[in-house]
Amino acid sequence: MKKSSLVTPLTNQSEEDFALERLVLTTQADSFLDWAKKWGQSNSLWPLPFGTACCAIEYMAVVGPRYDISRFGAEVVRFSPRQSDLMIIAGTVTEKQAPVLRRIYSQMADPKWVIAMGACASSGGFYRAYHVVQGVSRDIPVDIYIPGCPPTPEAVIQGVMQVQERIKLGVTATGRVSPIENPVDDLILNPVTKNK
Amino acid sequence: MEILNKLNKEVTGNINLPNFKELATGLVDKFGEECYQQSLDNHILLFSSANLLEKLGLLKDEFAFNMLLDICGVDNLLRPVEEWPHGKRYEAVYHLLNMQSHQRVRVRVALAEGEEIPSCMALWQGADWFEREAWDMLGITFAGRKKERLLTHHEFVGHPLRKDYSATDNQPLSANEEIFFPEDSSVTEEQKSAREWVNIGPSHPATHGTLRVMCELEGETIKRSKLEIGYLHRCFEKMCENHLYNQVIPYTDRLNYCSSPMNNIGWCKAVEDYMGIEIPDRAKALRMVLAELSRVIDHLVCIGTAAVDIGALTNFWFCFEQRERVYELFEKLCGARLTVSLTRIGGMSHELPPGWVSDCLETVAIIKKNVETISTMLSRSKIWMDRTKVCAVSAQDAISWGYTGPCLRASGVNYDLRKNSPYYFYNDVEFEIPLGINGDGYDRYLVRMEEMRQSLSIVGQVLDNLPSGPIVVLDKSISLPNKKEVYTNIEGLMNHFMLVMKGITPKVGDYYSSTEAANGELGFYIIADGSKHPYRVKVRPPCFAIYQSFSHVIQDNMLADAVATLGSFNVIAGELDR
Repeated sequence: MKKSSLVTPLTNQSEEDFALERLVLTTQADSFLDWAKKWGQSNSLWPLPFGTACCAIEYMAVVGPRYDISRFGAEVVRFSPRQSDLMIIAGTVTEKQAPVLRRIYSQMADPKWVIAMGACASSGGFYRAYHVVQGVSRDIPVDIYIPGCPPTPEAVIQGVMQVQERIKLGVTATGRVSPIENPVDDLILNPVTKNK
Repeated sequence: MEILNKLNKEVTGNINLPNFKELATGLVDKFGEECYQQSLDNHILLFSSANLLEKLGLLKDEFAFNMLLDICGVDNLLRPVEEWPHGKRYEAVYHLLNMQSHQRVRVRVALAEGEEIPSCMALWQGADWFEREAWDMLGITFAGRKKERLLTHHEFVGHPLRKDYSATDNQPLSANEEIFFPEDSSVTEEQKSAREWVNIGPSHPATHGTLRVMCELEGETIKRSKLEIGYLHRCFEKMCENHLYNQVIPYTDRLNYCSSPMNNIGWCKAVEDYMGIEIPDRAKALRMVLAELSRVIDHLVCIGTAAVDIGALTNFWFCFEQRERVYELFEKLCGARLTVSLTRIGGMSHELPPGWVSDCLETVAIIKKNVETISTMLSRSKIWMDRTKVCAVSAQDAISWGYTGPCLRASGVNYDLRKNSPYYFYNDVEFEIPLGINGDGYDRYLVRMEEMRQSLSIVGQVLDNLPSGPIVVLDKSISLPNKKEVYTNIEGLMNHFMLVMKGITPKVGDYYSSTEAANGELGFYIIADGSKHPYRVKVRPPCFAIYQSFSHVIQDNMLADAVATLGSFNVIAGELDR
């Protein structure tokens, strides 16, 4: 023992070891920040309602006063993909709509999560038809599928809570490459509007 | 109790309408006996494409068929031969309405492969999208019209409603069409430099998800605009062709999903009328209750979202809270909230649970009060009035475009199927038809508000006099036996099995029937080939005819007014694109 101090380790550690331990302490602060970030992120989701059909009406009910999704911190509905981190695909996506969906998804900033709300968005539903995409996972990666036609508001809330779980675990489906094409390339090749 | 005594009156079918026989003789005299047919209470004319415009002109001018309701393309390929003696593969079917005598006529025009048919846009402006749709779906070419896709995307090859096109044949789209307006030679260089193209939608808060409006602006004034629809084309009509008659009901839920029961009723009524099924009084009364509740919640969505588009969020919460109350009633009745599938061919799916009637009356009283609250917030609000008193549509234009429902009545035309060709017990309840004067967004709002009050009063009247008795017609070939019979009795089991496997089989023929839905006349045109599937179903969606005029209505108005007008039209994509 060189000299006594309040922080002298009880074991006969060298000063280097002691410093190392403190370094470990620093990384714990990091992980605390990481946890805080995820906690914040999960409780302040800004959803983008990609509402196309019946499910969009039911989504409005979820936002409405009776089910009030703001209790879960996800009521700041934004129609601009730049401002949102959770895409809720509420309704049937048709072949004509699919490129729009890909573009809007690619315009959202990372990290982002996607909910396929209802049977149509998940699998095409009972529309096994020539103009209906048989599940949006063909075009973009999906985090959570909510069953129902349309799902009840309770189911939607549960879906949002599961997204919150994923955020806390640090899991997102974004990393998966879309089987059709890279949406970002698509955006670069086809700018939003061509000027005259 | 007076209503109860009158309940037994025959109200389905318009065959007793005055002038029915006169019109039949008139049509025979004019066009010859070989051209005239009748299907129950429908008049049918069989024409060839030669001189078609003159004949349609005669119908419009001499017989006063002033509204074109629908144009439906038909592919006869697999149809029973006796139904198409002309031997030509395609048909264009025009549905015309005489608004004075409430008579309808259907004109079937036979067309061979590649044969052109004259466009009737000069007679009725409203033919515009219907003709485009007929080309898109069936490849029927109209002289002088561009072959533009309407519901399917621009890379689509083939015509999906042809019988040789498979329902599962998907064609992915690589990229959407960019906004484009052709060069306009009448515009000066200076104006041209001030013009700008703005694309709105399909994913835009004001376009409710699936509509796309492309505008050329000069400052903030819309100089040219183009509409694109079809972003929610879910192939309803193709789906009908490979499902049983009863299986179509869930698909109808998703046409106008803001008021699902009304579509159920429209479809079932069409099939029932065609098969000559007289449903029990209780079923009729229950259908009226559900239809009127749906009308209220549909109008609430329209007003709520229209106000949101303009920037008034409070109303939206108020409106949706009333919807929740009605959802509660639906949930008690069938377990579903939005897509209820409440009717069956021959009656209703569920008997009322105990206490439902009093719950409903209570809900009606609450909603009545809250409708007044919503009215207090909007009706006299200066901002709301200033924003919505734009883009007026004249009565003449409204008829020419094929407007029906609140939008037509807001333009001052007194036309409502519930009054003019009453079905169920609409004859026996007291209600008024509100009318507008200017035909602008504010009038549409006022008409909807008043319609809600009237509808709530109808619900009260019907529930006070609710007939007792069965809720489905007791016919083994139409309605399923009750579960007790199925599990304990071989006859019941077989009956159940046969109905599920073979379905309902209406006779060969075609029929058009319509009801007054929240947005206007919802018509179903059914062609039956004697099998368990419909051969062809064509929906006459009310907002399709209304929305096609949007470009003309917003012409030379401000961009912000276009948003307000779109909200007041209540365009529901499920119904628009089907």
